[in-house]
Formats: sequence, C-alpha cells, structure tokens
Amino acid sequence: MASKIASMDSQVSSSEQRKRETIRSLTMCGHVGFESLPDQLVSRSIQQGFCFNILCVGETGIGKSTLINTLFNTNFEEHECSHFCPDVKLKAQTYELQESNVRLKLTIVNTVGFGDQINKEESYQPIVDYINAQFEAYLQEELKIKRSLFNYHDSRIHVCLYFITPTGHSLKTLDLLTMKNLDSKVNIIPVIAKADTISKTELQKFKVKLMSELISNGVQIYQFPTDDETIAKISAAMNEHLPFAVVGSMDEVKVGNKMVKARQYPWGIVQVENENHCDFVKLREMLICMNMEDLREQTHTRHYELYRRCKLEEMGFTDVGPENKPISLQETYEAKRHEFHGERQRKEEEMKQMFVQRVKEKEAILKEAERELQAKFEHLKRVHQEERIKLEEKRRVLEEEIIAFSKKKAASEILQNQSFLASGIGMKKDKDRKNSNFM
Amino acid sequence: MDTLRQSPSPCSSRPSSPRTPPCETPAPVGIEAVLDQLKIKAMKTGFEFNIMVVGQSGLGKSTMVNTLFKSKVWKSTLPAPGVPTPQTLQLHSVTHVIEEKGLKLKLTVTDTPGFGDQINNSNCWEPILGYINEQYEQYLQEEILITRQRHIPDTRVHCCVYFVPPTGHCLRPLDIEFLQRLCRTVNVVPVIARADSLTIEEREAFRSRIQKDLKSHCIDVYPQKHFDEDVNDRILNSKIRERIPFAVVGADQEHLVNGRCVLGRKTNWGVIEVENMEHCEFPLLRDLLIRSHLQDLKDITHNIHYENYRVVRLKESHQLPRGPGWVNLSPVNLAPTSAGQPTTPRPSKARKRAQEEPKYEF
Repeated sequence: MASKIASMDSQVSSSEQRKRETIRSLTMCGHVGFESLPDQLVSRSIQQGFCFNILCVGETGIGKSTLINTLFNTNFEEHECSHFCPDVKLKAQTYELQESNVRLKLTIVNTVGFGDQINKEESYQPIVDYINAQFEAYLQEELKIKRSLFNYHDSRIHVCLYFITPTGHSLKTLDLLTMKNLDSKVNIIPVIAKADTISKTELQKFKVKLMSELISNGVQIYQFPTDDETIAKISAAMNEHLPFAVVGSMDEVKVGNKMVKARQYPWGIVQVENENHCDFVKLREMLICMNMEDLREQTHTRHYELYRRCKLEEMGFTDVGPENKPISLQETYEAKRHEFHGERQRKEEEMKQMFVQRVKEKEAILKEAERELQAKFEHLKRVHQEERIKLEEKRRVLEEEIIAFSKKKAASEILQNQSFLASGIGMKKDKDRKNSNFM
Repeated sequence: MDTLRQSPSPCSSRPSSPRTPPCETPAPVGIEAVLDQLKIKAMKTGFEFNIMVVGQSGLGKSTMVNTLFKSKVWKSTLPAPGVPTPQTLQLHSVTHVIEEKGLKLKLTVTDTPGFGDQINNSNCWEPILGYINEQYEQYLQEEILITRQRHIPDTRVHCCVYFVPPTGHCLRPLDIEFLQRLCRTVNVVPVIARADSLTIEEREAFRSRIQKDLKSHCIDVYPQKHFDEDVNDRILNSKIRERIPFAVVGADQEHLVNGRCVLGRKTNWGVIEVENMEHCEFPLLRDLLIRSHLQDLKDITHNIHYENYRVVRLKESHQLPRGPGWVNLSPVNLAPTSAGQPTTPRPSKARKRAQEEPKYEF
C-alpha cells in the first residue's frame, strides 16, 4: 500500500485544453487498486489472441523449415521445395498455436526458389512486393470509413529471419542486396544456418566479418532494445552475439540419460539446445520469450508508419503547404478530387461524342447499302420484264408457226390422198422414187 | 480451447489449416512470455484514464472523486463564499498522475459545475456533448496526419458518471434527456448520489424504478448488453447490470469505528461507512471503474464510440460517391455533430436512430 510521490510536472499546451491545470502528481491516502490494470490489459489480450508473422528468407535447402519447426517445437507440414522454380515465390501458411492460455496465430512466410535462378537480379523484388502488399492491406483497412481494426487479422511481417550460408568467408552479394532492400521495411534478424558445418574459431571470424560487412554497407538489422533497465544487460550481451549461428533438428537422440534434440554424426552429436554447440537457445530466447511484443511494436510504429507516410506523400498529401502553413489532408484531397472529377467528366464527354459519331457513321453506311440494294432490285426487275416480253414475243411467233405448220400439214395430207386416189400405180412409182430419193 | 493431442513426442505431423483447433506445444516454447512483455511495456508507458462527473451541484460529485482516488483531486469541494454560482455550464478539467506499486496512471477528471442549476435547463447537455466531441475530433485529427506521433495522447472521455439526485421517485425529465443523448456517445454510469438519505427499501424501490425508466426510454448504460463478448462477460456484467444504478455515498474524512479507521460520514445517529457494502455500494462503483472494467471502458470508447464518431464525421464530408478508400474531411468548425448511429461490430441490436445535434457555438 505504499504510495510514492513522483515529481513530475509537465506543461500543457494552452491551445488545446481550456481550463486545465498543470499536471501534478497526487499523493494517495489509501489503496485505490489500479495495480490490476496490467492484468486487465493482459486478459483482454488473451481474449483477442496474438498474431505473429515470420518471414524466412534463404536459399532452398538451407534449413528454414527445420529451424521453424524446432523453434516452435511442432512439425508444421512442409514439403521439400524443388530447385527449379523460375521465379522467387512466397508461400504463406497460418497456424494456431496455444500454450497454457495464450493463443498465437503464427504465420510463416517462406521464400521458394530464392537463390536458385541463374539470373538473381530480381530475386528480392517479390519479397519487397509481398511486404508492401501487407502494409497496403492494413493501410486500406485503416482508411476505410467503417473499419474494424481490432479484429483485423494483422498480416504485416513482424520479423524477417535471414539465413546466411555458412561459407565461412563473407556475405554473398545476393544477401547484401536483399538485406539492403529489406532493412527499411522489416525487422531483420540474420542467422547463420547449418552452423554445425563451421568450427568454433571459424565461426567467430565469420561473425565478425559479417557484422563489419553489414555495418559498412549500412544495413540496419534489428537491435534488441536496451532502453529498459531490466533487460538492457541481456539485450546488450545478445547484440554482441549477432548473427546467431543456429542448428535446427526435430530428431531426438539419447545423450546421457535424456532425449534431446540433436543431429547425429559419426564424429559426434550436435545438440540443438546446448549453448556450447550453437546459439539456438539464444535465438529462441530473444525472438520469442523476450522481444515478440517489441518486434510487433517496431513493425507498427516504425516500418508501417514509414510506409504510410511514403504512400500518402506519393499520392500528393502533405501536412504542410508551400508557405509552411499546415494543410489538412482534406484540402489536398479536395483539389485532387476536383481534378479527377474534371478529368472524368471530360473523358465522359469524349466518349459520348465518339459514340454519337460512330452511330451516325454506321447509319450512313446502312442507308447507303439500302439504297444500293433498292437500285439493284429495280434494275433486276426491269431486266426481268424485258426478258419476259421477249419470251412472249417468241412464243407468239412460235405459235403462229405451229399453226401455219399444222395448216400446211393438213393441206398436204389432203393433197396426198387426192393424188393417191387419182393414180394408184403412178403413186407407187412416185412413192418408190420418193423412197429411193429418201434413201 | 481444447487441445488436439498430448503426445510426448512432437514428431507426428499435424494438418496445418487454420481451421483446426489450436494445438498445444508439448514442451514450453516460451510464447507465454509475451504476456510479461506486454505487462512490462504497459508499465513503462503508463496508463491514461479520463472520467467526467455530471450532476447538479451539491450532490457530492467532487467528494466522490476524492473518495474514489483517495486523494484531494479537487482542492476544495465547496465554492468559496464570495464566488457566485456559475450562470452557464462550465467544464473544469484537472489532470493528475497517480502512482501505485510502480504503475503510473494519468488521471483526468472533468467536472461540470452549473449543470441543471439554472431555471431554464434546456440544452444544458450541449456543452458537455461539445466537449466530448471535441476530444474525439482532436484524436481524429492526430490520427489522420501524415507524420503521426508515436503515441497519440488520449483525452477522450472514457467514462461519464451521472449523479441522480435521491428523490426516491423516478428519473426526472432532465435526467432522461441527458442520459438519452449521452449514452450513444460515451459510456455512462448512473449512480444514486447521497444515498444515505434513503433507507434500504427505498433504495431498492428507487433502483427498480430507475431501471424500468431506463429500459422504457431505451437508454443503454454501461455495461452495454450487446458488447458482451462471451458467456463469462455476460454473467459478470448481468450481475453488475442488476445493481445499476449504484447507491453511493462519498466521504473523504476518516473516523474511528470499533477501533478501525474508516472513511465515512459522521452523523448524530451513526457513522456511514463508505467502504461497507451494507451501508452503501461505493465498493461496487470503485471496483467497476478501477479494478475490473477500466480497460474495458477504454476499449469500448476507442473501438465503438470513437469509431462511430469517425464514421459520421467522414461520411458527412463526402459529396460524391466514395473513391477507393481515401478520406475527405470538411473544414472543422469546432462544432461537429455527434455520432447518432451506433454501428456495433457485433451487431445484435444496432439502433439506427439518426439524431441531429444542435451546433454548439463557442
């Protein structure tokens, strides 16, 4: 029930508050009971659940999935990735973990095909695009009118584990390039993967070389926070050990009389959780036990705010106008909107004009065609008429001929009969002669 | 939350769709430590709480605040003899930092002297609504800046304690008007002030009549029924809802009773102990406001009341159909209309009564 006198006196800007006295501290004469406030906060967070998103960047086969399995002590289902992907792709999977009463929605994003292509110039771009897309989604949600931020599934990447190949020499160019492009967008924690392939002395030299390369190239990796006295010492010590050299394994081997996670070689057993063998315990400690919340906060207050600021400025919004007078978001937007509106109207007009024009043209063409058709029809009809007349004429002539012919035939038959009667024999001779003439 | 398996060896694979119930990690990974991280962070940044007390003068508002926080928040509760009673409603805010067990709380108390004291009390709630909306507006302006502060100072009123005079009958028209208008903008906790002038039976009768009045006028006081998230919340809050409004007595002087030193009011016929549940319900109010529901009050203010205000504010500035998500605010003239349409995220009984607020001129 101790009440402390805190000597805090802060000035309050008079433009905002009317009639506010200067904030002074108060001594209490009894127990009020608000030390349960953090517990209230915690119980609300437990109800809501936590969300943590890890991005693993590293070459295929370097041990990303194994390390994640080992970190969270569960076998997340993962298939082995092929080495023949034409592009770097990102694969995200969400899992729900629970430990006592804390629910964690863990999203692991893996890079598939990183470092496998022959031309690796564009390898980092899909990663940057993915991170930006998550920020963008959050920004869109935040700018909505009717928004629900408290049950929004936060998909922004909170930490990026960068897996460095244990060559023992230095950083690869690809690594440097990728990290330089990512350091302003996400908290990077570099880890040396497959650390059981390097000896202790080599490892020390390697770490020093790596850190100096990172610093000299201006890559900002995540520094464990040292502002809180309780964890400052530990954080500072851990900062010295960066990058962590890790070994991942889910297989259990009997060492002594315990089953521990380890990798068994003919020449010995590398124990994952042995601090002399690798830095896995340190990584787990710093990543999960001590800094998960800080990572989330950094992502939200630093990286996301930077993205938001850049995006809004890109769209032409500023806080301060050309004469250093503050403009609100509204004025800029108003101006832009008028511009946009005007543009849109103009385009509409244009389209309307074009449409009307097209319709007219089409109509003209159709009319033309109709006229032609009509003309053709007339012409054909005329031709047809003429033909008919001609044919009629011909028929008439033919009929006359037929009549004439039948008359002639009748007449000749009568003549024949007469002459046959008159000279029967003479007819025979005539007939023979005729017949012989015919033959 | 049921666990899927409890097998000792973690080698069996598990389906990874998010629809499966969460799996228990067999050996401790350390996810639990995030709770401690949260606590440490919270202790470092400290907490803020803004409370407003509304009621006629003489009902014991200042004394109540002093009793709640066990300190002299207000320098003096009685107006100085020569000072005339305020002719219009004024709002008077005090900010303090109190610390308990290493935890800092920045407490802002807003008093409303002159409320309901005039002959003509029409529209006496306007300055109060204006003040509340002004705080929302400040927060909104901070939030839509391009370069935002890391931690936006929260001056929004988290809770408004309304003091009902102990007439013993029912709510007066002024009370009903005020409660109706305010319960949509801020969390309102009505209390029966000066409850030592009522006997226990009178108290119960008064309370049930007030509850009936509240129901018939559709006044939704804190804890609001449709914000209950799960069964536990509902059970806990129903118990509280049965006892609203609390009958409280405030006292900041200590007296000796049976050898103990208690806060109370000494009269000729006995000492009314403030912290004794049989005498008054002050402990319930204190527990509600501070010990159990403080975070909830802040959450509801931030997630619901502030969001409602924001929706109305952003909508009223739009003349054309909205574009792809960008906001447009009309010039602020320090007299924004208050939110009239509560849109709850868990809609069960969203009331869509649009309300036009008379503008408040400074």
